[in-house]
Formats: sequence, C-alpha cells, structure tokens
Amino acid sequence: MLESVLITIATAATPLLIAAVGELVVERSGVLNLGVEGMMIMGAITGFAVAIVTGSAWIGVLGAILVGAAFALLFGFLTLSLVTNQVATGLALTLFGLGLSGMIGEGFVGRPGVKLGQVDIPFLSDLPHVGRLLFGQDPLFYVSLLLTAGVAYFLFSTRAGLTLRAVGDNHDSAHAQGINVVAVRYLAVMFGGACAGLAGAYLSLVYTPQWVENMTAGRGWIALALVVFASWRPWRVLAGAYLFGGVTIGQLHAQALGVAIPSQLLSALPYLATIAVLVIISRNRRLTMMNTPASLGRPFVPER
Amino acid sequence: MRKTFVLLTAATLGLAAAGTALAQDEPTKACFIYVGPIGDFGWTYQHHQGLLEVEEALGDAVETAYLESVPEGADAERAIERFARSGCDIIFTTSFGYMDATNKVAGRFPDVKFEHATGYKREHPNVSTYNSRFYEGRYIQGVIAAKMSEAGVAGYIASFPIPEVVMGINAFVLGAQSINPDFKVKVVWANTWFDPGKEADAAKALIDQGVDIITQHTDSTAPMQVAAERGVKAFGQASDMIEFGPETQLTAIVDDWGPYYVERVKAVREGTWEQVDIWAGLAEGHVVMAPYTNMPDDVKALAQKVEESIRSGEFHPFTGPINKQDGTPWLAEGEVADDATLLGMDFYVEGVDDQLPN
Repeated sequence: MLESVLITIATAATPLLIAAVGELVVERSGVLNLGVEGMMIMGAITGFAVAIVTGSAWIGVLGAILVGAAFALLFGFLTLSLVTNQVATGLALTLFGLGLSGMIGEGFVGRPGVKLGQVDIPFLSDLPHVGRLLFGQDPLFYVSLLLTAGVAYFLFSTRAGLTLRAVGDNHDSAHAQGINVVAVRYLAVMFGGACAGLAGAYLSLVYTPQWVENMTAGRGWIALALVVFASWRPWRVLAGAYLFGGVTIGQLHAQALGVAIPSQLLSALPYLATIAVLVIISRNRRLTMMNTPASLGRPFVPER
Repeated sequence: MRKTFVLLTAATLGLAAAGTALAQDEPTKACFIYVGPIGDFGWTYQHHQGLLEVEEALGDAVETAYLESVPEGADAERAIERFARSGCDIIFTTSFGYMDATNKVAGRFPDVKFEHATGYKREHPNVSTYNSRFYEGRYIQGVIAAKMSEAGVAGYIASFPIPEVVMGINAFVLGAQSINPDFKVKVVWANTWFDPGKEADAAKALIDQGVDIITQHTDSTAPMQVAAERGVKAFGQASDMIEFGPETQLTAIVDDWGPYYVERVKAVREGTWEQVDIWAGLAEGHVVMAPYTNMPDDVKALAQKVEESIRSGEFHPFTGPINKQDGTPWLAEGEVADDATLLGMDFYVEGVDDQLPN
C-alpha cells in the first residue's frame, strides 16, 4: 500500500513541479508571468484534443508544449516588446486561456481520452515494493526529474545560466555588458510556457485522462507560489511540490482512516504547511535577498 | 407539497392552450447562473442540457443567456443583478450557495421571476425553489453496493457538509444496510465540487484503503476513471458516465431538469407563473437512473424492484426505525421523515463511519 500511496503523491506533485520549474526560469530572468494557469489549461486541452485526433498521446504532449510556448510568446510580445504591465498581462493571459480552452474543448466534453502509458522495464518494473515506484511510472514523471536537474545545472553551472541570472538581477548592467536582455527574456518566457503546457498535458493525458473545463483547478497558481516558496532554487521546488502533494494525499488518507480532525482543516493543511515552511525559510533575510531576482517584474526599455 | 406541484402542473397545462393566443411577440428571456463550467459533464452540464431543451421546446419564443463558473457568495449577487437588469424575465440560479444572493436581488426586482435550485428560502413572492429527490437514487445505489461489494466497504467522495450531501450519505448507508447490516462506508470530504485531480486522488486513497465500490457527490468523471483503472465498481454522478467506465459503472443518478425548465419558462410567457416549492424525484422523472450495468441479473432485478417501490410511493428511503449516529432514536417503526427535516439534515444516521464536519 505504501508504494501505491507514494505513486499517488508523485502523480499529484509532477504537474506542479513541471510548471513551477518552468516559471522559475522565467522569474530568474526577471519576468513575472502570472499566466501559468492559462498556459497550463491551454496545454491540457491541446494535449487532449491532439491525442484524440491523432490517436497518439505523445503527439498530444508535443502539441501541448508548442501551444504553451506560443501562448508565452504572446505574453512576451506584450510585456517585452510593447512593455505592458507584467502583472496585468499575466492575469489577462490566465483569463484568456481559461475561456479559449473552454471554447475549443466544447466538442471534447464527455469523451474518454487517450492515456499516456506507464513505463514498463522488464524485470525492474516487477521488483517487489520499489519496482513500480522507481521503474514503472508514467514517462513524464521521469521527465520532470530530469527537467529539475537540467534547470539546476543550467542556472548554476553554465555560462548561459549565469547570463540569464544576470539579466534577472540587474538588466541595466547586463545590457551595458552587451547582453541582449529582451532576447534572453523571450527565450526564458517561452521555456516557461512550454513547461506550463507540458504540465497541462500531464493533467489531461496522465492524471485524469479526460477534458473538462477548468480542469487545472488552480494548479497554475500553486506552481507560482511554489517558486517563491522555493526561493527560486530548482531542488527546493521539487521538495515543495512533493511536500504539497504529500500533505494533500496524506490528508485524504487520514480522512478515509477516520482520523477525528475536521476535514476543512485537513484540506487546508497543504497550504498551511507551505506557509509554515515559507516563514521558516524567509527568517534568513540575507539568504532570501540573495536568491530573489532583483529585477523581477520590472520593465526593461533599452536606452538608445 | 407534492400535491401543490400536481395541482400547479394541471393548472399550467390547462392554461397552456388558452395562453398561446395571448403570447407576446417579444421572446421571453430565460437566464441561467451556473456554479461550474458547462463542460463539467456533471451538475452544470445537466442544467445546461435543460437550457437546451427550453430552446428546443420554445424555439423563437424564447431567448436564453447563461453565466458559467459564477462563484457562490458576493460575486453571485452581482451576476444575478446584472441578469435582472439586462431584461431577463426568469432567472434560474442553479446552486445551493446562491440562496441569499437570489433572495436579495429578487427583493429589488419584483417583476422578474427567480428560481433557485436546492434552496429553501423564498423571502419574496417572485422566488420559487426547486430540487430533486436525489436521495431516492442514492438509496438504490446503497442496495446495489451492498450486493456487489466483497469487502463490505464502500468509499464515498463528498463535497461539502451541507444537508443535501449529508442526506445522500445517509440514504446510501440505509440502502446498503438494508442488505448487509454490517456494511461500512468510508467518507472523504474533498471540500470542492469540482477538481478532477483531487477527486481522482480521493478515489485512489479510498481504494488503497480497501474499498471496492466508489460513489461520489462531486461533479467530475475522474473518480469513475480511477475506479475503472483499479478494477473496482463505481456509480456515476449527475450524468450517465458509462463512457468513462464501460465495465465499471453500476448505474448513475441522472438529473433531468429539462421538463421543469420548459414548464416554468412557458408559465412566465403565459403569465401563469406562481411561486412554488418543488421537490420531485423518480416519480416525476426529475431523477432518472441510468441503466443497471455490470451486475448479475438478480442484483439488477432487486435494484429495479426497489426503484419501482420508491417510484410508486409505496416505500420511502427514510422510513423508521432509524437511529441517529450516536444511537438515539430518530424515527419510530414505520414513521417517515418529513421533508423539512430532510432538507435541513445535519446529522448522520446510525452506521455511518465518519465524523460529520461542522
């Protein structure tokens, strides 16, 4: 049973992790995109629709990534080229995505979807107790772990990562050094969108293989919160996503076991736990300041 | 109450013939406020099917409008008021949480008719309430669950601890215990009407803890899919969800609002609308059981028998002797619960293995 519970937790945490790691890169470049929920739901409907039409879940995943990135490109054009307010544009992107996905999805309501199969490695997946947990989950679970590791390596061990962080910390200095700030931010924003789209596809192709409007149910917002929670560090995003997933699943089990705690309190637990950890982390102000991208949310207009 | 309904129906039908001659040229505007998206394939989806039936039945004589995903609370009041101002002749507010907002707006717009689903407050003469006796279907599901479960435990995914949901849990348990007095129900409160991921997680948690029947009072098809994947049986909610579990769904309680909506919009058009408080069930066709599937013939026959006895009025699911959860007597032998108690139900009956959140 423990293995099954852990797999459930991984399933709940994976979409949060994927979307949050993407947003982390965006914010590290100094852009705040509140449109994660909108890009995620567009990914969900695209993944679902493409998978049904083509019959292949993988093509659906690819479609979701592309549409997520395209949506982010729209955000990038507005905030980076036209220098609109990032907060307002992000919120608009979310509302637009929720509405548009509902419209596109109308013909797909009530249709069972295509499920992305689980990995099955002969012998290894059948190992007792750990086989399915380690070697028999859905492929995107492994992708999410590789993605986290990749982003951590990129940001802190490569020259390009250093450039991206420089842009996020002080875009004027970066510009003075000859870095094309806007181009770097475009790439970061599109990467974030691709991740949000992938997270959406995870919902409609793995988590609950179906299309229903609003199926993201606020997960984009939780991903945004996780980035702050993790003080913009990739491995902490992973810890946060699994903490959140773990407490969510744990409280459901506690209820089914008949633990005598009011269910409303149990439902609030994931959020309370997140806040508690956030408070503990931010007690060290110097460390928090060091990790926060200093130019986050500030518009950049190159001097001519 | 049911008598009032029958009388009113008769009155409406009688006037319908005369009414057509009086019909105005302007179309009647019928407006709907939904709590979820019309694509939820559950609660809101079914209300929207009702709207479509109205359009089909009245054609050019009606104009419709709807707002979806309107949060319960302050936002609802604004949405309802907007509709009232925009020339709606009748407004259906289709969730329990719109109760106070509906009554407030109704006070300000005495010429607009308001229809509030599943509530009990009618503070102004232009507010009607309507509801369906879903508990009748839940009792039948309980009977089936007790017959089909090998573990003797069912998992119940609940939304919020409001009377409607508590009543459903009680009816399910009573139905199950009429077959197997030791039958247990594990209740998990999702504290949401609609979150496919969370509903799926709740179903997984329940199945991991050994239940082999899943039933839900939340709105998405996710629990049905999880049940199908894990090879246990489940009941559909609000819509027939057989597509999501062809070998899983035992039956589903299907909400059929269409006939009521058509009747009420017609009444407005013909000037015969009057305040009512309607609570209709299997007998009136507001609650429909999806085909009994994936069960042996004897269980199917039993389910049909129970359904028929409820439909004919011969049997009421809340018939004594019934004790409350703590063992204190509630209904004496042969006594039937009155509607007011059911509509305000805030206690479990004996045998529910859960603490009611309050």
